[in-house]
Amino acid sequence: MIPAPFDYVRATSAEHILELMAQHGDEAKLLAGGHSLLPMMKVRLASPTVLIDIASVPELSYVKVDGDDLVIGATTSHATVANSDLIQADAPLLSYAAAQIGDPQIRHRGTIGGSLAHSDPAADLPMTLVALDGTFELLGPSGTRSVKAEDFFIGYFETALEHDEIISAVRVPRRPGVGWGYEKFTRRANDWAIVGIATVAGRVAMANMGSIPARPVATEQALAGGQGIAEAAALAADGIEPAGDMHATTAYRQHLARVLTRRALETAASRNQA
Amino acid sequence: MQVQITVNKKPRTDEVEPRQLLVHYLRDTAGLKATNVGCDTTSCGACTVLLDGVSVKSCTVLTAQADGGTVVTVEGLGGTADGGQMHPVQSAFREEHGLQCGFCTPGMVMASVGLLSENPNPTEHEVREGLEGNYCRCTGYHNILRAVLLAAQSPDAGKPEAQVSA
Repeated sequence: MIPAPFDYVRATSAEHILELMAQHGDEAKLLAGGHSLLPMMKVRLASPTVLIDIASVPELSYVKVDGDDLVIGATTSHATVANSDLIQADAPLLSYAAAQIGDPQIRHRGTIGGSLAHSDPAADLPMTLVALDGTFELLGPSGTRSVKAEDFFIGYFETALEHDEIISAVRVPRRPGVGWGYEKFTRRANDWAIVGIATVAGRVAMANMGSIPARPVATEQALAGGQGIAEAAALAADGIEPAGDMHATTAYRQHLARVLTRRALETAASRNQA
Repeated sequence: MQVQITVNKKPRTDEVEPRQLLVHYLRDTAGLKATNVGCDTTSCGACTVLLDGVSVKSCTVLTAQADGGTVVTVEGLGGTADGGQMHPVQSAFREEHGLQCGFCTPGMVMASVGLLSENPNPTEHEVREGLEGNYCRCTGYHNILRAVLLAAQSPDAGKPEAQVSA
């Protein structure tokens, strides 16, 4: 399968990316690892006429500590996030989630910013960043603004990014020793989640329980009110009505949400050293 | 557009379409037919090669993205044709008969070299997980697993230039 024709241009700096976006407008798409975009282009679900390759912009790939936060450059690969000593120590949920994406070859190419900007509700990272209470730094012509992960995802493949903005960095609070849990239910190895759960520090976010990562508010309130895990997890699907599809009915997804939330919360409690 | 890519140690300069996939560059432009197109959807791993030292699925990489980079295909490993010896992973796949029809083998071998470059002494579980992106539809996974564990006994098995001793 071959993508429709396009022009390819390689950006050399963050400033150069913005220049190229201004020059090419809405016909252009950003290319980082290409592991969401190229499969769509091969089946002609996307046919941009210009690809702006941002993968080799040096200032967008890093992992660093900034006070109480970890900051991860947008084009940092899933493999780097999974293997980073800093992230494993201070945000282990994030490194674990990155290691659950696809397979080793995919993790070598795919990037954290690319996966988040793609905003697939079944993906691993959007729910993980919502659970972590992460913040995205969005770079545009007038500078950088910060958007909370839970405000960033708007709908299926739709985000708070303006047409002239890019995700430049992802920021997560450093929480060494705080228990976390992660569950992904798939029918086959390497499939997308039928339902996924990420939890840390009493926050819970779910993959594929709607068009954006869902927060089971009733569960979080029950936990905050001192109820046990079993009681809180039983509320995980309250008020959440995911669509049914060929993989699972609405009721089955709600069942999975309750069961997986309980398991994730139990794991988080057993890991907690804080 | 013009690209400069080092393929199996040989620097090449080629005129390609921006939309050309790396696997088609390797097969059709460079004439290296060992790398197979299997699923063409980033699932099966038959097209796995090393790009700048790490395993990638070349059906989901543009030739343009590899511009300035280094690619190794299974043809770039060892080989007895020019008087050399086989690569430890090739030798181990032969020793353990880590193939049936052979279609997945070039990708399996390159994924294994990539795995061993990152983890020279994997456990059996780590080999299974490390090859999760490569399908063998003959389902000959047990012998492939044995082959990778045998190859791991060679300290250089993660290096593309390694050869078994004569």
